[in-house]
Amino acid sequence: MVKFAVVVFPGTNCDFETVEAIKRAGGKAERVWYKDSIKDYDGVVIPGGFSYADYLRAGAIAARQRIMEEIRELAEEGRPILGICNGFQILTEAGLLPGALRPNKIPRFLCKWVHLKVVDVRTPFTYLYEEGEVVRMPIAHAEGNYYIDDPSKVRIVFQYSDEKGSITEEANPNGSVLNIAGVANMEGNILGMMPHPERASHYFLGSEDGLKVFKGMVEWVRS
Amino acid sequence: MFPHEEKLIREKLGREPNDLEKAMLEVMWSEHVSYKSSRKWLKLLPTKNEHVILGPGEDAGIIKFDDKTWIVIGIESHNHPSAVEPYGGAATGVGGIVRDILCMGARPIALLDPIRFGPLEKEKNRYLFEYVVKGIADYGNRIGVPTVGGETEFDESLDNYTLVNVACIGIMRPEHLVHSYVTEPGLKLVIVGNRTGRDGIHGVTFASEELGENAEEEDRSAVQIPDPFTEKLLIEATLEAVYTGKVKALKDLGGGGLTCAASEMVGKRGFGAIIYADKVPLREPGMTPLEVMISESQERMLFAIKPEDVEELGKIFEKYELEWSVVGEVIEEPKFIVYWKGRKVAELPIELLTNVPTIEWPMKEYRIEEDVETPQISLEEAFEKVWRSPNVISKRWVWEQYDHEVQGRTVIKPGFDSAVLKINEEYGLAITADGNPTHCYLNPYHGAMGVVVEVVRNLVSVGAKPLALVDNLNFASPERPEVYWSFVETIKGLADAAKAFGLAYVSGNVSFYNEVVNKPVKPTPVVAGVGKVKLEKIPRGPREGDLIGLIGETRKELGGSELYRVLGVSKGIAPRVDLEVEKRNAESVLKLIEEGLVSFVHDVSRGGVAVALAELSTWFNVGIKSEITTSLLPLDFAFSESHGRYIVTFPEENLEAVKKIAPITLLGRIGGEKFELKINGEKVSKTVKWLSDVHWNELYRIMD
Repeated sequence: MVKFAVVVFPGTNCDFETVEAIKRAGGKAERVWYKDSIKDYDGVVIPGGFSYADYLRAGAIAARQRIMEEIRELAEEGRPILGICNGFQILTEAGLLPGALRPNKIPRFLCKWVHLKVVDVRTPFTYLYEEGEVVRMPIAHAEGNYYIDDPSKVRIVFQYSDEKGSITEEANPNGSVLNIAGVANMEGNILGMMPHPERASHYFLGSEDGLKVFKGMVEWVRS
Repeated sequence: MFPHEEKLIREKLGREPNDLEKAMLEVMWSEHVSYKSSRKWLKLLPTKNEHVILGPGEDAGIIKFDDKTWIVIGIESHNHPSAVEPYGGAATGVGGIVRDILCMGARPIALLDPIRFGPLEKEKNRYLFEYVVKGIADYGNRIGVPTVGGETEFDESLDNYTLVNVACIGIMRPEHLVHSYVTEPGLKLVIVGNRTGRDGIHGVTFASEELGENAEEEDRSAVQIPDPFTEKLLIEATLEAVYTGKVKALKDLGGGGLTCAASEMVGKRGFGAIIYADKVPLREPGMTPLEVMISESQERMLFAIKPEDVEELGKIFEKYELEWSVVGEVIEEPKFIVYWKGRKVAELPIELLTNVPTIEWPMKEYRIEEDVETPQISLEEAFEKVWRSPNVISKRWVWEQYDHEVQGRTVIKPGFDSAVLKINEEYGLAITADGNPTHCYLNPYHGAMGVVVEVVRNLVSVGAKPLALVDNLNFASPERPEVYWSFVETIKGLADAAKAFGLAYVSGNVSFYNEVVNKPVKPTPVVAGVGKVKLEKIPRGPREGDLIGLIGETRKELGGSELYRVLGVSKGIAPRVDLEVEKRNAESVLKLIEEGLVSFVHDVSRGGVAVALAELSTWFNVGIKSEITTSLLPLDFAFSESHGRYIVTFPEENLEAVKKIAPITLLGRIGGEKFELKINGEKVSKTVKWLSDVHWNELYRIMD
């Protein structure tokens, strides 16, 4: 059985529902405390929350913990690594993804449902989507304004869009460069995204669009 | 403390208490901790029914959801601290109620925040509003507990003040129940979490007095400092400890600090405690035993643990990098003894701390209701005024700052009649909170009943069967005879309305002395309710062409209404509650939803039928065409806040079936691009786009 580690730092708070979403996607998942080892897992998800209370900068302290070295090793072996929200912030702080997440253009926390255009469907997380497909997921962050000086250094995976898939300024909730909501490394096995796919993984929660991220990841490891 | 109380203490003790003893007694005899002015009357509230596992008396109430699932619920006010320091006051209010839920052995899964302020035209009120919301957001978001509802109200009477209530819901398995009292001596008392500092000294005493003119400068030290990061670790560590089955009793350190937590934990079943105050981990040097014993530093829990289990549970606390220390033990003798560096510094009979005599204040009835004619302005003008009122516009500006999705349970999001949380694959928990001080001020009894029936209607509107209630009673000084009378009337109203539905109050809070510089707040009972709903039955919204019907009778009841508020009419008669009608209509609506006959249900309350219809239009971005003939004047019909009413929408082919279950008045139909309301020929006509712009964006324009 394919088994994922959902890493829990002090202050992580989306771990339970992320485990739940991976299970719904047909995989196995366990919460792993950041001091334990993740060597035996097929992939890693760093879930959302406020690791170390966002002290210093969001993700900065978690990015310097020993477990990140193990995550780096798994990534180099080509295993899928997914960072959601604070997980994305941690991945950029750790240098596993280029760029940085700045405070939102309106500098406060923002929780709302957004539309996303899936622009790269060749990653382990997105190959179950159609290219250009528009999906719905919630965001919930104060520092999600992605910045990168040279966008060609990453693969843009998700962009904030309107419901028809147009990339407009009005559809951009936080001021990110090119409406970027999620990026992957050039190999495609490390994905960071601000929207929460685990909160869009159940009919009753308003959308199942996010489930494909986890299904893709689980199936990709399995084959 | 009042002079007669000090005298009584001296008599019972047979001596003068020393300074530390006096400070501890002052905390325990404060209104906030002892409920001395309210306890007698609170007994009138029903507290038992078939759903109740644990009623009032511990840190939170518990109800049965199903055989494997219990729901824990509590409510708390943080009015005084929030008025002085809105950010810290509101944040620590959230922290406190979350720990109350936690200490029953439950995981907190949702927060509701009913908050009230003065008019937004004034900068001071905008400041209080902005920072209360920020305080709630920063705390709730960081601990990963979604804030899914509440209400926000603005009223002239709250100028320069704020009422901040917060309710928390938890979920637990029956086998994890931990009580807040011990049943055996010999247990070790272990404090876990934050270090103790000088914040929140005399917090409860300060919350038991009116605020003076210079409260902002003088009372800051009584407000605690929030640390949501430690709270989150405390939640995980506490639950992991509880799951071992080795926690014998558990209480959070809130109002009254260690003195209150320890004395209540041991005193409830007649035991005593020895506290080694110098063993409490401190934030700053030079603290005195007095400061240590009454500090209200946040994010601290008190565990009672068997001596042989202390080490095992200590390891759990250390895993989460929390400090812990054995600070005392439970003794057979009913005494509360404090040591400091090997020296005994206080010794009091436990019951002197926990058994505080009640006070009954003089009462004086007031009657201020007086029928008035509604000022005759056009329907269109009245609608614009009411629709723009900060009390009517969407509070999206507020709930977008709250993470209302974390934990992945939020089925019905904020902004509707009730929020719904997914509990399992089949059922959800509907939750809502309501208050209505303008009605309550005019008629405390009917106003209080009105609050309860509105809670019921909000639950019923999403298809939920009500399970239980909690109440938060925000009042001015009980020493004012009119206030005390209105308080007792309120309790009678709350009791009668709940009894009619077979509902019980499982927990609650009383906050007196809500006044700034001699200006008392209106009677403000806030009630939160929970209900059980089958997820697939929740009506999800009207469709083009659906008929719109009104259940319930509209009378000329506009005293305390939003129309009167925006027109500056302070007189009038508050809406009356007919419990029989209320019950019948609730049952009908539940049946309509159960049988899948209706596409949406919306409770009619603030702003009346006009606002309820316009909300329907805005929420679902649909046009409405409505033509109504009534014996009332158009304004009175449109904005009356009569109770017992629901708007329902349904496909035309269900009309006969709907009529068989509930007598309805047809109001119109869903469709088009416009909102058109015609009453006895008088008309309001607006584009849905205009309605939506005001509804969704007005609060951003005011605040940003």
